[in-house]
This record gives sequence, C-alpha cells and structure tokens, in this order.
Amino acid sequence: MIQVEHLSKRFGPATAIDDVNFEVRQGEILGFLGPNGAGKTTTMRILAGFFPPTAGRAVVAGFDVFEKPLEAKRRVGYMPEQPPLYTEMTVDSYLRFVSRIKGLAKDRIDDRLKRVKELCGLEGTGERLIKHLSKGYKQRVGLAQALIHEPEVLILDEPTVGLDPKQIIEVRDLIKGLGGDHTVILSTHILPEVSMTCERVVIINRGKIVAVDTPENLTNQLQGGARIELELRGPVDSLQSLLTPIPHVKGIVVGAPHEGHHSVAIETDGTQEVRHIIARKVIESGFELYQLKTQSMSLEDIFLQLTTKEEAA
Amino acid sequence: MRNYLAIAHKEFETLFVGPIAYVVLAAFFFISGLFFYIILTNIIEQVMQIAMQSQQFGAPPRPIDVPAEVMRSFFGILSTIMLFVLPMITMGVIAEEKKRGTIELLFTSPITTAQLLLGKFTALVLFLLVMLAPTVLNSVILYFFSDPRPKLAPFLIGYLGAFLLGSSLLAVGIFISSLTENQIVSAVITFALFLSLWVLDAMARAGSSLQNEVMRYLSVLNHYEDFARGIFDTQHLVFYVSMIVLGLFFTSLSLESPKWRQ
Repeated sequence: MIQVEHLSKRFGPATAIDDVNFEVRQGEILGFLGPNGAGKTTTMRILAGFFPPTAGRAVVAGFDVFEKPLEAKRRVGYMPEQPPLYTEMTVDSYLRFVSRIKGLAKDRIDDRLKRVKELCGLEGTGERLIKHLSKGYKQRVGLAQALIHEPEVLILDEPTVGLDPKQIIEVRDLIKGLGGDHTVILSTHILPEVSMTCERVVIINRGKIVAVDTPENLTNQLQGGARIELELRGPVDSLQSLLTPIPHVKGIVVGAPHEGHHSVAIETDGTQEVRHIIARKVIESGFELYQLKTQSMSLEDIFLQLTTKEEAA
Repeated sequence: MRNYLAIAHKEFETLFVGPIAYVVLAAFFFISGLFFYIILTNIIEQVMQIAMQSQQFGAPPRPIDVPAEVMRSFFGILSTIMLFVLPMITMGVIAEEKKRGTIELLFTSPITTAQLLLGKFTALVLFLLVMLAPTVLNSVILYFFSDPRPKLAPFLIGYLGAFLLGSSLLAVGIFISSLTENQIVSAVITFALFLSLWVLDAMARAGSSLQNEVMRYLSVLNHYEDFARGIFDTQHLVFYVSMIVLGLFFTSLSLESPKWRQ
C-alpha cells in the first residue's frame, strides 16, 4: 500500500532523513517511533505530498506521490502534528469544506459527515465554533478531517500528543478500529503507544531507520534479559563475589554511594526468577536492603542500545 | 471546478467572520460618501460662481459638465481609499494559512495551486464588488438629478476602471501575503508598495525623459486617469490585466517554492 524507497530529504545543509526504506501492507497499522527531530514528521509530510523528497520515491496506494500528486492525495488522509483547523468555522462547515477540497462526491458528504462525527466522538458539536472546543476535541476534529473522504491510507503525526489519559485511550482505540479497512501510519515517541496500537514498528533516529519489526519481537530481542536494581547499605566490595555465582546473573554494576546508600544494577538473562535469591543472599550477608525492583527497558534504553549498535556496526 | 468553488466560497465566508471586513466596508462607505458630498457641493459652488461672474461681465458662461467633473474627482478619491483599505483585506489571505498550519491541509489536498489561488482571488474580487456596489447609489443620484441627462457610458467605464485597479491591487496584495507568515508585515509591505506605485505617478510627471516615460507606463494611477474621465482605452485594460496575471503568477511561484526549497 505504501512503498518508500531510498527516501532522503535535505533542508539546506541539514539532512532530515537519509535513505529511508520501508513498506506498509494493506490494512496494516505501522508505528513510526523516534525521538523528537528524528525525521518522523519529514517522512510523513513527504508521504502526504506536502513537499517532495530530495532523492528517492514514495508510492502511496499505487500512485507516486510526486508524479501523480492529485491521485495520491485523494487516497490519503493526513493529520499533521498541529491539526490544520480554521478555528473561526463551525465543526460542520469545516468538515464540509475539507470533504469538498478532498474530492468527496457531493451526495456522500452528509453521510460521511455523520459517520466521522460518530467515529471521532464529535456528536452534538457540529454547530460549535472550533475555537471554542477544548484541545482534545480539536484533536478529534483534526482526526475527523483526515477520515472524511474515506482515504485508503491514513497518516497521523503524533495523534495523541496533548490529550489527557482518557482521551489518549479513546484515540488509540479509534485508530486500532481503523486498521483492516485503512492502512495507517502513525508516529509517536511513546513506546507503549506503539505496542498497544501497531502491528509493526519502524524505529527512526537521526534520519535513519534503525529497526523494523513487530513490537513483541523488538522488545524481546532488545530486552534480552531483565535488569534488577537494588538499593542497599554495606560493604559493597564483596557484592561481586557474592552475587555472580547465582545462576542467570550476567553482570553487576555498583553505583557510587549516595548518603551511604549504593544503587546496584544486576543484569540477568531473564529466563528465571532470581529476585528472591538475590534478596536472601544480600540480607544473609548483613547488608541493609532498602529497595529491590526490576527495571523494564524504557524507550530511551532501546534507543541507546539501537543507536550505539548502529554506530558500532 | 468544484475545488475552486469550495475555496472561493470558504474564503469569502471567512472574510465576513472576523471584524476586519465589516470595519473596512464601514470605513470605505463613510469616507467615500463624505467625499462624494464634498466634491459635489464644491463643484456646484464653482458653477454658481462662474455663472455669477459671467453675469457681471455680460459674457456667456463657460459650460461645465458637472456630472463628469464630479465623477472624475470621485473616482480619483475611490482609488486613494482603495490604496488604504485593500492591504487590510489581502494581508491574511496566505500569511494566515501559513501561520495556522492550514496550508498543510491545502497542500496535501488534491487541489492544484491554480485552483487554490484563483479561488482566493475570486473571493477577494467579490469582496471588492461588495465594497464598490453602494457607491453606485451616488452615481445614480448624479445621473437622475442632472439636467440634461449625462451619458451612461462614462459612469460604466469609471466603474470598470475602479474594479480593474482594485483587482490588480488585490493580486499584488495576495503575492505579498504569500511571502510572510505575519499579517502585519504583509499589510505594511503591501501598503508601502501601493504607495510607491502612487508616487511613481507624481515622479513621472516631473519630466519627459525615457525614464519618466517608463515610470508613467508603470504607474497604476496614470492608467486609471482615462477610466476616471470616462475614456476607454485597451492599453489600460491590458496593463491591469497583465498586472493581475503577473501578481497571481508570482504568488504561485512563491507558494510552490517552499515545496522545493525546504
């Protein structure tokens, strides 16, 4: 449904994206994950036809975005990071205007208007001015705008940014419901969002793709073990010899003391539960144990791991 | 066609959502009405003076075409008022789209730059017509109360001139608006540019060298004068139409350039 081949975009001397390749299958929800400034928005803007790439090509729904722009744009719904709203219009008149310039057939407009308002939870707001709506509702109007002309492909740039937790869940459910009928690309910098909504993830960093996989594979492969953190007091020099013999423990890092408390990070291979063994050993050896917790891998860790891997390779 | 109409319709509606259009219209009606009154009373006074003088000296009065004189001055004033108010109408046309990010919606919709631009231009031209329409009332009064009835053609030609001048100013204003994100900057530059086009006329009058000839040709007012006098000359029509086409053409270049440059 979407093919991106050797896509590059430079803004003057700065390279926003560099040789990006990926593919999205029909009905798939693809997550575009990366820190701010990684090139997510640039890639999405190219796909939506906002500006052309410096090199490479993008094909959406069978049409090259820059050779057949009108055909491609007709089939794409795009929601920029900042919803493009005419705030002095009412929700209905705005959506009608969008449906007209997106080329929706005249006799379908009323029908679609009703449908997207239901879908996006905008019932009863039709006559209200957009400027009087809350941020969450404005975001929904932005989403409705992208959906109104029944596009085959949806490109959503950070659709949940600035929403409250309840709204975030609603928008995620909405997007999940769109998969199957629509092909969706959504960008985010929140990892759980990706694992909750997307079937596949593209991780992008500094304009380059670092990984493409399912969220499950990615987390498993990257985590490859669990990390246990301890906070304790006592003669830490003996910790190495004390804990290394425990099966499944791979490494121990002792941090500098803070008011006499040391934080200790223990890497395990993650196949077996070892926390109770560690706790017993530590206490039996006379340490004062204040805290013991497993640290799940955060997005930052994954990035660190992926980007350092990339550079080493 | 549908896209073009959708843009034009929305743009025209948007003009009347904010206060600017109403303020501009009110100011225009008030000032143009006031000047019409002043011009009319002045000229009538002049005529009376001339009549009195001729009675004193026993010579037949020099004939004055009052309606033509009034309309000439009135159309002159209309052009000056347009210079002041039209930048306020064009300032936001594209600058505001850029600032609000709605340009992203327009650029990612299946519409061409030409449809977008012509749609916006049409809406502004309609606004210009709405603005000029009530002044027709002045002309109607002048037409029906003059004895003998003046010819109709000069009135129509004068309005054609005002319409062409206004439209070409709008086209230039749209171009300036496409260069910035800031409405105020857009309005100030547009106004400065219009004013220089006016001054060009005064400068051109200063001499008759080639330089002055060129300036006279470029001056928007010089081409307007004949229209105001009720004289129709195709060279002026060509001038204004090419100004409109150029203005819109440069706007389309400026709109498409960020797509390539950024």
